Amino acid sequence: MKHTLAVLVENRPGVLTHISGLISRRAFNIESIAAGYTEEADTTRITVVVEADEIELEQVVNQLSKLVDVIKITDLTAMDAIHRELALIKVKASVETRSDIVDIVDIFRAKIVDVNRETMVIELTGEETKIDALCEVLHEYGIIEIVRTGKIALSRGPIPAKEL
Amino acid sequence: MRMTGAQAVVESLKKEGVEIIFGYPGGAVLTLYDALYESEYPHILTRHEQGAIHAADGYARATGKPGVVMATSGPGATNLVTGIATAYMDSIPLVVITGQVAVSLIGRDSFQEADIRGITTPITKHNYLVKKGDELPKVLKEAFHIAMTGRPGPVVVDIAKDVFAAEIDFYYPEKVELRGYHPLYEGDEGVLERLAVEMEKTRKPVLFVGGGVNLSDTAPEVRALVELTGFPLITSLMGLGAVPDDHPLHFGLVGMHGTYAANMATTECELLIGIGVRFDDRVTGLLEQFAPKAKVVHFDIDAAEINKNVRTDIRVLGHLKWSLSKLLDILRDKCDCEALQEQMRPWLSQLNDWRSENPLSYEARAGQVMPQAVIEIVDELTQGDAVIVTDVGQNQMWAAQFYHFKNPRSWLTSGGLGTMGYGLPAGLGAQVGCPHKKVVVITGDGGLMMNCQELDTVAKFSLPVKIMVLNNQVLGMVAQWQRMFYGGRYAHTNLEGRTDLVKLAEAMGVPGMRVTQPDEVRRTLQEALAMPGPVLVDFRIPSDEDVMPMVPGGARLDQMVMGGK
Repeated sequence: MKHTLAVLVENRPGVLTHISGLISRRAFNIESIAAGYTEEADTTRITVVVEADEIELEQVVNQLSKLVDVIKITDLTAMDAIHRELALIKVKASVETRSDIVDIVDIFRAKIVDVNRETMVIELTGEETKIDALCEVLHEYGIIEIVRTGKIALSRGPIPAKEL
Repeated sequence: MRMTGAQAVVESLKKEGVEIIFGYPGGAVLTLYDALYESEYPHILTRHEQGAIHAADGYARATGKPGVVMATSGPGATNLVTGIATAYMDSIPLVVITGQVAVSLIGRDSFQEADIRGITTPITKHNYLVKKGDELPKVLKEAFHIAMTGRPGPVVVDIAKDVFAAEIDFYYPEKVELRGYHPLYEGDEGVLERLAVEMEKTRKPVLFVGGGVNLSDTAPEVRALVELTGFPLITSLMGLGAVPDDHPLHFGLVGMHGTYAANMATTECELLIGIGVRFDDRVTGLLEQFAPKAKVVHFDIDAAEINKNVRTDIRVLGHLKWSLSKLLDILRDKCDCEALQEQMRPWLSQLNDWRSENPLSYEARAGQVMPQAVIEIVDELTQGDAVIVTDVGQNQMWAAQFYHFKNPRSWLTSGGLGTMGYGLPAGLGAQVGCPHKKVVVITGDGGLMMNCQELDTVAKFSLPVKIMVLNNQVLGMVAQWQRMFYGGRYAHTNLEGRTDLVKLAEAMGVPGMRVTQPDEVRRTLQEALAMPGPVLVDFRIPSDEDVMPMVPGGARLDQMVMGGK
């Protein structure tokens, strides 16, 4: 099954190399990885989605924990947490199809962030399945390119991941 | 105190109590070497960077202290890679200081630039690139701390050339504060209580001892555990020396070239207690059928080792010093150990039967120098007290099988990575660390040639290393596999032996001797071991002798091919 891990690391050069190097060397099945700054200037938070059974997950967590720059790993999979991904989708949009696409965008509560004579760029935030669904619907209009951030996740309630 | 970055490195090494550096200078470390010159820091100049790092590794294994290596940027650093990987696989503490091109030149494919931090990321416990002088003392303090604590390992500190010349305020931190590094010392005592209950119940246990026992200096605790419980003991290649081989409860090496008794005990036991082991594929054979009847207990300091290869039923995390002492306390307090020893009788009698049915043996050939006999006579003449350093392959396995180890840290071998060319330089380093011990290198003609330049270093520093070359003129272990599994098609394993190893040694200032007749072995070894300085002995052994017994790759441990007498 898929597991979502919040990995807190030192905000230092080379940290991402250490993490991605470990993942490829140990042949872990990583679905996505997303990194960014946090509320603390010296900490980076990396959200890793890994496809693994229980034994494999234990290895992923234990091996990552061994890295000196990894401060804390929290498994958010079974927790009450918010999971989000952001996608930008560039789709063909002629005068004839434009209003249809606008309707679809409304239904998905997505946003149009760029329009020109032939194309539109749509921004959508949501769970992975929602983004997949929009991509599928837009497919027939002709998708030119898609970029996705990979999943980020945050637990509900007052306790931060570093204290979980 | 104001000083240059180079002087700060030297001061940091002094603070860490570093006795000696193994290294090789070059452009990017000129300023650093100038500071060594100024401080007259003890330094062993090898003839190749690979020699330096294996020497530091041998020093670390023999003494328990961290090995320190210096090399220049680019090719100097990349020449260390095999040695770093060797140390990483066997958890050997090294601090490797490399020069890097100046900060302004990094990333421009400058002369002698290599991204050694990137290259060594998968083979180091941690690594650093230092671009600011002020960071140097803190980074070096952390490097030694990380290398030596928890599960030990190599740490690379890559330092930009201009940092060595920068003026800094030197202050060496007392403590290390790393948010993401908290080596485990004490684990869960409750687990040990549960284990003690299992131990009391069992009738067929095996203690399986690995390199972690040698690394953590807990051989006395393991010996006490064996004596207290009367449990039989087997070891991995890296666990040799923890308990003397001639102990009646020691049933030898387990795995591919293990003893019949150890492999059968593993197959038949009902409680397998692994202590500081990795369950490497050379130990387990066919993984799914490893110890098929046993509950597996795993003692380790590294949580990532648990369930990595073998499913563990009881995990004991923590430093072995803590866990083994606690277990001993619990057993002494709560268990009837005499009854436990009594309970072992039928199982021990089974193991002793296995041992006498199929002891390690070999067939002597008329007029031929047998490699096993060479090891047996080295063993007899040194009474198991030498530090044995091997290369990789047949020489390594014969040494493991036929030398009777008595002491921890007296068996230095590249177990995990299996690095040919390790023996001679590691022996050199071990001798530097243990000037009063007899250091014997057991190598082959293939492995010797991989780092034979270090004969020159041995001679220059008058290190009394005894180098025994089991010269079969072939790459013996590979040829053995070709003989057994490739229909005798010897693809490029014949070295043809055109080089006169005696002359080679003498050309570099090491006396050489040759043995071609079995009746010369003892006399020559006596002479060689009695010489005050280094010596190389070229033993001409048959080219088609096999290491036996052997578990073929992918087979179960009890499916071994016996061979021997």
